[in-house]
Amino acid sequence: MRNPLSIEVKLKKIPAYVGMTKIMSYHANEKGYYGEFGGAFIPEMLYPNCEELRQKYIQIMEEPSFKEEFDQLLKDYVGRPSPLYFAERLSNKYNTKIYLKREDLNHTGAHKVNNTIGQILMAKRLGKNRIIAETGAGQHGVATATVCALMGIECVVYMGEIDIARQAPNVARMKMLGAEVRPALSGSKTLKDATNEAIRDWINNPVDTHYIIGSVVGPHPYPDMVARFQSVISEEIKAQLLEKEGRENPDYVVACVGGGSNAAGAYYHFLDTPEVGIIAVEAAGKGIHSGESAATSALGKVGIIHGSKTLLMQTDDGQITEPYSISAGLDYPGVGPLHAHLFKSGRGEFISITDDDAMKAGMELSKLEGIIPAIESSHAFAILEQRKFNPSDIVVINLSGRGDKDLQNYIDYFKL
Amino acid sequence: MKQNRIQKKLQEDKKLLSIYFTAGYPNLDDTVKVIQDLEESGVDLIEIGLPFSDPLADGPTIQDSSTKALNNGMHTELLFEQLAAIRKTVSIPLIIMGYFNPVFQYGVEAFCEKCKEVGIDGLILPDLPLDVYQEEYESIFKEYGLINVFLITPQTSDARIKAIDEASDGFIYMVSSASTTGAKTGFGEVQKSYFDRIANMQLKNPQIVGFGISNSQTFDQATTKAKGAIIGSAFIKHLTEHGPEKIADFVQGIR
Repeated sequence: MRNPLSIEVKLKKIPAYVGMTKIMSYHANEKGYYGEFGGAFIPEMLYPNCEELRQKYIQIMEEPSFKEEFDQLLKDYVGRPSPLYFAERLSNKYNTKIYLKREDLNHTGAHKVNNTIGQILMAKRLGKNRIIAETGAGQHGVATATVCALMGIECVVYMGEIDIARQAPNVARMKMLGAEVRPALSGSKTLKDATNEAIRDWINNPVDTHYIIGSVVGPHPYPDMVARFQSVISEEIKAQLLEKEGRENPDYVVACVGGGSNAAGAYYHFLDTPEVGIIAVEAAGKGIHSGESAATSALGKVGIIHGSKTLLMQTDDGQITEPYSISAGLDYPGVGPLHAHLFKSGRGEFISITDDDAMKAGMELSKLEGIIPAIESSHAFAILEQRKFNPSDIVVINLSGRGDKDLQNYIDYFKL
Repeated sequence: MKQNRIQKKLQEDKKLLSIYFTAGYPNLDDTVKVIQDLEESGVDLIEIGLPFSDPLADGPTIQDSSTKALNNGMHTELLFEQLAAIRKTVSIPLIIMGYFNPVFQYGVEAFCEKCKEVGIDGLILPDLPLDVYQEEYESIFKEYGLINVFLITPQTSDARIKAIDEASDGFIYMVSSASTTGAKTGFGEVQKSYFDRIANMQLKNPQIVGFGISNSQTFDQATTKAKGAIIGSAFIKHLTEHGPEKIADFVQGIR
C-alpha cells in the first residue's frame, strides 16, 4: 500500500500556485473576474463583509499557521490525500486509461468538506462566531455542520422547504451535528431560495457571522476562495499521477458541474496547461429542451445571480428560472463564473447528460468497480458512452461523492 | 445638466415622504392608479418597484408582493407600457427601484432610454455596485438624465460614504439598520448615533432614510436629521389589506 506520506513529499515539489493568479489567464483577476464573468454585484449591506474577505483571504490562506492547520485537518480529519484509483475494468470496457479521484472517500462523503474546513478556519481568523450556509441536497449543509461541531461554533443551515422534505437523512445528520436547519419558504423553496435566505441572514447579521458558501458561486472573492480550497484535488492528482504514470498531467480531467466546486478543484492546477483537456459535465435532466433541465451552458444567458455575473437560466425578462435534475446537487440555475469563462472561451468542453444516462452510468460503476457513486458524479461517468478517448489517453474522472445519500433514488429508479 | 424633478423636489423646504410600491401589485393594472393616488395624497417621491424573482435585500413582505406581481404577469416592457402616459397626469418625481438583472437583460441603455421617454427621473438598483456603475454605466445614466441613487448602511465606512457622496447627484438612500426590508421597525440608540454621525459628515447630497419606517412616529424620528424617509413594506401591507384604495388614509396617517 502506498504510504500517504510519500504524497506529501511529492506535493512540496509542486510550485506554489497561490499568488500567481495575475499571470494565469483562467484564474480570477484581483476584482474577481474570469474574462467577462464574476465580480461582486452585491447590495451595499453586504459590501463591508465581502470587502473584508476580499482584502484578507489570500493573506490568511498564505499564513504558515493557516496552511499547517488546514493541511493537518485535511490529513487527519478528512482522510486526505484521497486515492487516485486506476479503474481497470472500466478502462477495459471503454478502451482508455481511466483513473478515479476518490473524493467519495472523504469524511462526510464528498469533496464539500475541503471547502468547509478551509472556510471555518478563515471564519475563526476573521473573528466570526456564527456560521450560516445554504444547502440543496444537504451535502454542503452536512459538511458545514460537521466543521462547526468540530470547532464548537454556532451553525444555521438554510434549506429549501421542499428539499427538507426529500432529503430527510441529511436533515437528521445536520441536527445530530448540532446545526439549526431553517426552511427557506420563499420562491421555489429549493437551493436558489436557500441561498437567498442565507444572504438575507448575512445582511441582518453583518458583524458576527461568516457565510460559508458551498460552491464556486456568489460574489468575489467566494468563487476564487472556494476554488483555492478545493484545488487540493488537482494538486494531489498531479503528484499521484507522477508516481503512477511518471507524468503530472493527464490528457483529460472530467468532472460534473452544478455550481462547479468539485470541478474547479479538479481543474485548478491544469487550467493553464492547455495540453490537459477539461471536460465539464452538466445535468440535462429530462433533456436539454424538455423544459426540465439544468444544463446552464446550453440554456443560460449572461446575467447576475447571487452577486456574480455568469451564465444563468432565466426568462427573456431576466427572472431566474428553476432548473431540474434528478441529482439535487446539480440543479442550480447558474454556474460558477470560472466555468462560464471556460465555456465561453472554449477552454472547457461541455457535455450534458440526461437523468437516464447518469443513472445507468451509476449502476455500471457499481457493477464494474464496486463503487456506488453519488448521482452527481454518475453524470461524469456517463460521458464514457458518448465521448471517445484514445487507448493511450489518461482520463481522470473526479468521483466527487458517494452514493449513500442517493440510495432511495437508485431504489426508486431501478425498482431495487 | 438640466435639473430633474428629484433635484427640484430636494430643494423644497420640507421633510420628504417617499413611498415604495411594487408595480403590478396587488393587481396587474393597479400601477397607474397607485401612482396617481399617492401624488394626490401629498407624497413627495415615488419608488416604483420592478419585481424580481430573487430579491436578495428584501424581507418577506416585498418578496411576496414581487412574486404576486410576477404571477400577475408584470414584466419590464409592460411596466413601460403602463407608464407611457403617466406624465400626462402626474408631475411627482418617479424612481424605478429594482434589481440589476432585469435591467441588464433589457439592455442598460435601452432601459435608460425608455425611462427618459416615459418620464422616470432616477433609478435605485441595490446590486449594481458603485465601481461597475462608474466604469460602465454612469455616462449612459447621465445621457438620459437619470439620477442614480446609492445606498449606505450603518456599516459603511466614512471613506466609502464620501466616495458615494461624490458619485451621487440627487440623494443618498440611508439604510437605517443592518437588515432586509421590513425586518425591523422603530429606532434605538444605535440608529440615533448613526443618524448623528451621517449628519455630522456634512455630505453634499441630502439623505433619505429607508428600512424600519412604518408610521408617523418612525417617520419623525428618521427625519430629525435627514431630508426625508421612505416607506415600503408598511405600504405594501396596506395594499394587501385594502387593495389600491384608501391610499390617502395611509399617507395622512404618516404626517
